Amino acid sequence: MPRNEAIQKVLVIGSGPIVIGQAAEFDYAGTQACRSLKEEGIEVVLLNSNPATIMTDQNIADHVYIEPLTAETVKQLILKEHPDSILPTLGGQAALNLAMELEEDGFLCEHQVKLIGTTSETIKKAEDRLAFKTAMEKIGEPCAASLVVESIEEGMEFAESIGYPVVLRPAYTLGGSGGGIAHDREALIRILENGLRLSRTHQVLVERCIAGWKEIEYEVMRDSNGSCITVCNMENIDPVGVHTGDSIVVAPSQTLGDKEYQMLRTSAFRIIHELNITGGCNVQYALNPDSFEYCVIEVNPRVSRSSALASKATGYPIAKVAARIALGYTLDEIRNAVTQKTYASFEPVLDYCVVKIPRLPFDKFIRAKHTLTTQMKATGEVMSICDNFEGALMKAIRSLEQHVDSLMSFDYTQFSKEALLDGLALVDDRRIWKIAEALRRGISCERIHEITKIDPWFIDKLARLVEMEQTLKRAPLTQELLAEAKRMEFPDRVIAGLTGRTEVQIRSLREKYGIRAVYRMVDTCAAEFEARTPYYYSVFGGENEVQKTEGRKKVLILGSGPIRIGQGIEFDFCSVHCTWAFKKEGYETIIVNNNPETVSTDFDIADKLYFEPLTPEDVEHVVAVEKPDGAVVQFGGQTAIKLAEALGKMGVPVLGTAPEDVDAAEDRELFDKILETCKIPRPKGKTVYTAEEARKAAHSLGYPVLVRPSYVLGGQGMQIAVNDHDVDVFMGIINQITQDHPILVDKYLQGKEVEVDAVCDGEDILIPGIMEHIERAGIHSGDSVSVYPARSLSEKTKETIVDYTGKLARSLHVIGLINIQFIVCGEEVYVIEVNPRSSRTVPYISKVTGVPIVTLAVQAITGKKLRDLGYAPGLFPESDCFAVKMPVFSFEKIRGADVSLGPEMKSTGECLGISGRFEEALYKAFLGAGIRLPKYKNMIISVREEDKKEAVEIGRRFERLGYQIYATKGTHEAMKAAGVKTVQVNRLGQESPTLLDLILGHEIDLVIDTPHQGSEHTGDGFIIRRNAIETGVNVLTAIDTAAALATSLENTDAGQLTLVDIAGKVPFSGSQEGFERKEKKQKENMV
Amino acid sequence: MKAFLILEDGTVFTGKSIGSGKDAVSEIVFNTSMTGYLEILTDPSYAGQSVVMTYPLIGNYGITPDRESRKIWARGLIVKELSRTPSNFRCEGTIQALLEKEEVAGIEGIDTRTLTKILREKGTMNGLITTDEHYDLQQILPMLKKYTIGDVVMETTCQEVYRLEGDGPRVALLDLGAKDNIAGSLNRRGCQVTVYPADTSAERILGTHPDGIMLSNGPGDPSSCTAIIQEIKKLYASDVPIFAICLGHQLMALANGASTCRLKYGHRGGNHPVKDSGSGRVYISSQNHGYAVERKSMDPSIAKEAFVNVNDGTNEGFVYMGKKIFTVQFHPEASPGPQDLAWLFDRFLDMMKGVEECPEMKRSKKYW
Repeated sequence: MPRNEAIQKVLVIGSGPIVIGQAAEFDYAGTQACRSLKEEGIEVVLLNSNPATIMTDQNIADHVYIEPLTAETVKQLILKEHPDSILPTLGGQAALNLAMELEEDGFLCEHQVKLIGTTSETIKKAEDRLAFKTAMEKIGEPCAASLVVESIEEGMEFAESIGYPVVLRPAYTLGGSGGGIAHDREALIRILENGLRLSRTHQVLVERCIAGWKEIEYEVMRDSNGSCITVCNMENIDPVGVHTGDSIVVAPSQTLGDKEYQMLRTSAFRIIHELNITGGCNVQYALNPDSFEYCVIEVNPRVSRSSALASKATGYPIAKVAARIALGYTLDEIRNAVTQKTYASFEPVLDYCVVKIPRLPFDKFIRAKHTLTTQMKATGEVMSICDNFEGALMKAIRSLEQHVDSLMSFDYTQFSKEALLDGLALVDDRRIWKIAEALRRGISCERIHEITKIDPWFIDKLARLVEMEQTLKRAPLTQELLAEAKRMEFPDRVIAGLTGRTEVQIRSLREKYGIRAVYRMVDTCAAEFEARTPYYYSVFGGENEVQKTEGRKKVLILGSGPIRIGQGIEFDFCSVHCTWAFKKEGYETIIVNNNPETVSTDFDIADKLYFEPLTPEDVEHVVAVEKPDGAVVQFGGQTAIKLAEALGKMGVPVLGTAPEDVDAAEDRELFDKILETCKIPRPKGKTVYTAEEARKAAHSLGYPVLVRPSYVLGGQGMQIAVNDHDVDVFMGIINQITQDHPILVDKYLQGKEVEVDAVCDGEDILIPGIMEHIERAGIHSGDSVSVYPARSLSEKTKETIVDYTGKLARSLHVIGLINIQFIVCGEEVYVIEVNPRSSRTVPYISKVTGVPIVTLAVQAITGKKLRDLGYAPGLFPESDCFAVKMPVFSFEKIRGADVSLGPEMKSTGECLGISGRFEEALYKAFLGAGIRLPKYKNMIISVREEDKKEAVEIGRRFERLGYQIYATKGTHEAMKAAGVKTVQVNRLGQESPTLLDLILGHEIDLVIDTPHQGSEHTGDGFIIRRNAIETGVNVLTAIDTAAALATSLENTDAGQLTLVDIAGKVPFSGSQEGFERKEKKQKENMV
Repeated sequence: MKAFLILEDGTVFTGKSIGSGKDAVSEIVFNTSMTGYLEILTDPSYAGQSVVMTYPLIGNYGITPDRESRKIWARGLIVKELSRTPSNFRCEGTIQALLEKEEVAGIEGIDTRTLTKILREKGTMNGLITTDEHYDLQQILPMLKKYTIGDVVMETTCQEVYRLEGDGPRVALLDLGAKDNIAGSLNRRGCQVTVYPADTSAERILGTHPDGIMLSNGPGDPSSCTAIIQEIKKLYASDVPIFAICLGHQLMALANGASTCRLKYGHRGGNHPVKDSGSGRVYISSQNHGYAVERKSMDPSIAKEAFVNVNDGTNEGFVYMGKKIFTVQFHPEASPGPQDLAWLFDRFLDMMKGVEECPEMKRSKKYW
C-alpha cells in the first residue's frame, strides 16, 4: 500500500526529560522517525521538553517546540500549528499517555487530528489492564491469574484467594513505578497504597507471582496489511522478578528450543493481530522452565527501550520502519537499509550473541538499596556483541565503567559459604560476581541454579570464565591458552594479573602470536546476503571484514558510554554533532561507543561505527585497524577524556585542546599557577590524600568546606563538610576506590553560581551566553535551575566573566570547547571549576542562542578561525527570550536515596522552559519537570534554622496564592511571628497526626524541606522527604528553588502559554526580524 | 581430536571433531535458523548434505524429542561452538553423543561466518569433513568435484505403508523424504493419514479413493525424479484435492511442463519472506531448498503464482487452474521455523471437505 497522502503535517511527541525508565532510547527513536517523515516530504512539528536531545535540533523537524509535555500544551500547539496527525508511539509512555488523554476528552476528534501509528483503541486495549486481560482471554493467550483492583481491600481479598507472593503493577506508569512483589499482607498494603496513588487511573494489577520463570521478549513489527515479522527475541538472564530494564539480557534467546521459540513467536503474532497494532510492539513473556506453560506479562504498543536494544542488536531500524508504516506503507515496500537488497519484511538473523547490562546508579546513591525488583532503577545500559556468550559478557562488563573488568572485580573471598549462599539469594546488581565466587568455591551449578533460578546454561558459561581464570593462574601461557582467553574477551590487564606479568608483556606476546582483534559486520542476515552496513564488532580469530579506507582524513570520535547520572544524553548530542561537523569538513568519521540507546550508535551517523567498550585496549584494537589521523575526546564526557593519555601512547594525536592542558585544569598546582598568572581569584583550597590532611586543611580554611576527588564528572563524591566528622565520613567514601589523583578540599563560598560554555579557536573566544543558577552555590550545577540570559549580573560582572573566560581559554591553549563555573559574590568573580571540554549545557545553550557551538568547536579544531566563520569574539548578543533549564530527578525509583540536593549531582535529566517573559519560562520549566500545582492547595514547610527568614517570605507568598501551610513547631513559630498563617503539625515520633500522616493522607501538593548540611541523613527530614517522593508529592530542598516556584506561580496564567518555535523562527536568530537584529549586533561587534 | 573441512575449491578450515570421526563427503549448505538444529539434522531433505549453522552457539538445549524422521540425514554438522552443557526441561542428551551414535560427522570451531560468505559468493560446493591430518588435497579435490547427491528420494522414503488414524478426511501422503510434521500437521487436524513410499503407483493411491493427496518435501534434484513425475501426472489428472510442499511442489510443476533450476546457494532458514499474491500479505516462512521452479516456465493457463519470495523474487507456490491443487515451495509445517503459514493445512482441509469450490487462494486472514 503506498503512503497515505492525507498525511501532510505530523506532530511528533517526544518523551520529555530523561528519567529512570524513559531514557535516551526515545531520542534515538524520535530522531529516526522525524528523519524518515521528512524524507517522505512530511512537515514535522516536534514537541519535547528535553533540550539535550538530537530530536529537538533545528534540522530534524520543521517546527521545534521545547515546551512542557502536558495535555494543555499539546492542545495549544494543535490550535497553533494545525497538524493533521499525531505520531505518539515513538515518545515512550509519556507521549502515549498524552495522546490518550487528548483522544479521550474528544479534543483530537473535534479538531480532526488523527492518531497515526496505532489507534487509541489499540493503545487502550494494550495499556488498560482489564481490557488487555479480556483481549487475551478472547484469543486464548494465557496471562498470570490477576485482578485489577482499585482499593486496598479488593487487592487484599484477591491476593489471599490466589496466595502470596503476588506482583503489583500500577496501570499507566513508566518503568514499573510503584510496583513490586508482596510476600505478605503488610507488604501488600504498603505497595498497593502507593501504586494506587501513582497510577493515572488509580488501578493496580494484582497478579500471581511467577518469579523464577524465564523472562523472554519479542520485538514484533506489523503493517496495515497484517504482515508481521519479529525483529528479534531476547532472553533475560535474570528470571522473572527483576524489571527487564534492570536485567542482564541476551539476544537472541539462548536456552529456548525451536518449539518454545516458535510457540512464543506465534503467540506474539496472535496478540499483535488481536490488538491491531501497526508499527512496532514489544511482548514480554514468562516461560515456565519446566514445561511449555507461559504467561503474557506485558505488551508495549509502541517503540520501547527493548526495541532500541533490538534495533542495535540486529541492525534492523525499528523506528524508521515504524514511522513509514504509520504513513501507510507496508513492510514489503520498505527497503532494508542494511542490505539495500532485501526488504523490511524479513526477519533478521544473528550470527553473534548480544549482551546488555544495565547501568545502575548505586555509585551515586550509596545509601540506596541495591536490590533489583520489578521497579526499574537503571539509568542506562551498555551492549556488546561477540561471537560467543562469554566474550559478549566480558565486553559488556568492562563497558560499564564502574571499575569492573572481569568476574573478579568484586571481592567476596571474605564471605563465609553461608553468607555467600545468602548473597546469591539476594537479587542485586552484583549477583554475577557472587555466582562467580560461588563457582570458585566449588558450589555446584545445580545449587546455584536452585537458589538463583538462573538457567544452568548461563551459570555454566560463568563457570567457563571462572575456569579460564584458574587455568591462567596455573597453566603455562601457551599460544593456544592466550588465544582462548582472548576469544573469551579477557582484557590484557586481567590476563596480566592472573599470570603475574605486565599488561605490556601480554600485549607483546599477543603480537608475537598474531592474536589480534578482527571486526565483523552486523548485517541482519548472518552473511546470507552481501551487506554494506558500516557497523562492526570485534572478535578474536577469523577474518577481518573491515574495508580499508583511504583518501580522506580520518577522525576517531570516542562516545560517552552508558547514560549515568552526571553524564547523560547531552554528551551523545555533542558526539553526534561533532561527527556531523567533521563530515562536513571532509573527514571520514569513525565512532566508538557501546550505548544501544543513543543516536550516535545508529549506523548511519558516522562513516563507520564500532560497537565496542571504551577502554584503552579496545580502542587500541580499533586504532590498529583504522589508523586514524587523529581522535577527538572533548565531546564524549569523562569517558572519552579518560582515554586521552592512552591515545597519546598509541600515537594517535588528540585533536583540539591537548591532553596536558586538560590535565592542567584538573591539577591543583598547575591550575593555581595559571590563575595566579591571569590574576583570577578562586576559593582557597588544598590538595590532600588522607583524612588527617583533609581535617587539617579544613581547619586552616575554616568550615564549611567542599571535599571532592579530582577528575570526576557530575560532582561524584563531592560533599559539603561542616565539621571534622563529615570530613572523615566523606574521605572514607572517596577512598573506597583507590584514587590515582589527590583529593581537593576547598573553602565553600556561598554566592551566585554562574556558568559559561565557550568556543576557543586558539586566539579568540566566543561565549554564546552566560547562564546563572537560581540556587546559590553548593548545589551541583547539573541539579540547579539555570537561567539564560543571566538576569542579575551587572555589565561589569559580565565583562569580568568574559575576560576571565578568554584568559583561561588562552592559558589552557583551548582549541574547541571550554566550560567554566564561577561564583559571584557581590562584584567579585571567583572561578570554581574549569572543564576544557563539552559540557551538559552545550545542547541547551546552542539551541536557545542559535549558535552551533559543537560545529564551531569542530571547525576550530580543524584550524578555522571564529572571525572567518562570521562570529565576533566575546559574548554573543543576548536573546530576547529567557530559557530556564530545570533538573528532573528519578528519586521515586531509588529506594533509600536521599532527595536533598548538594554538591553531588542527582538529577537524571532536564527540561527547558522558553518564553519572552522570565516568569513564564520559569513556570514552563517547573511544569515540564512535572511540578504541576495546585491540586489540593496544601503544603508543608519545614526548614533549617538558617533558612527561616527566607522561608517566612516564601510562606507569605504561598499563603497569598491560597495555600494552606502546615509547619513543624520551629517553622510554625517563625511564621506566626511574621504574621503568616500556618497549621502546626507534630514531628515524627510525636502524637498523631504527624507530618508523615499528612503526607500519607495524600492531600499535600508540595513539601519544602531544607536539610541540614553535612553527613546527617537519618533524621526526620530524610524520612519525610522519602515518603513524600514515594507518594508522588513534590519536594523542594533548596530555599531558592522554592522562591522561584512562588514567582512562577504568581506571574503565570497556566491556560495561556505562549509557544515558541525554535526551529529558526521567532524569536531567536532565525526569524527575519530577529535575525536581522542579531546580524546587526554582530556586525557592530565585529567592527 | 582435530578435524578438517575441505571445500572443493581447496579452502581448508581446521576445527575439532564432534561427531563420528569418519570421513564424510557431501554438499556443504548453510542454514540461518537460530534454533531447530535437531529438526534440521533429521530433515530428510538434507540427505547427502552437510549443514553449516550460521548461528555460532549450537546445542544449547541439547537433544529433545523433536526429530523430523527416524534418523539424522545430514552427513555432517558444521558449527562454531557446540554447547558443553545443554539445558532444557526436555533435554535427553547432547548432540555430540547423538552424532557419534548415528555415525554422523561433525566439526566445531569453524569460522562459520567466513565459510558462509564463501558459499554465498561461490555457490554451494562439495566438501569433505575428515579427521585425517595427513589429507592429500590432490587426491581429495577431484573426488569432491565428482560428488553428486544422486537419487536419494528412495533412500529417505519410508519402506512400507503406514497410517496415522483420525476421524477427519482421509489423506494419502506420498513420502518423497517427508518431515514427520507434515503428517503430524494433518493428523492433528483430525485427518487420517496414510503414508506411501515414493515409488507407489498413482493407481494404487487413487484406488483407495482418498479425500486428498499430500506430496511431501524431499532431497535432491527434482528433475532426476522422472518416474515419480509420471505418477504425479496421473494424480494431477484425477480430481482429488492435492497439496504439495517443496519437492512435491517442484515435481507437480515439472509434471505440468514447467522447469526447475538450481539456486546459487539455496534458501535454508526460518526467515524467508513470501508474499501471498492474493492478499498482498507477507509471511515469514521456513525454507530448505536448493532448487526452484522457474517462474516463467509455468504456463499461466495451467497454474497461477500464489506465493513469491520477497527477497529474490523466486517462485514460492502455485494454484492450479480449474483444479483443487495448490503447491508451495516453503515449509508450512515449520519445525523448525515460523508457524505463520500453518493455515495452509486448514485450507487443504477446507478443500477436501468441499468448503471451497474455487481453488483461488482466499484471503488468508480467515485462517488467523
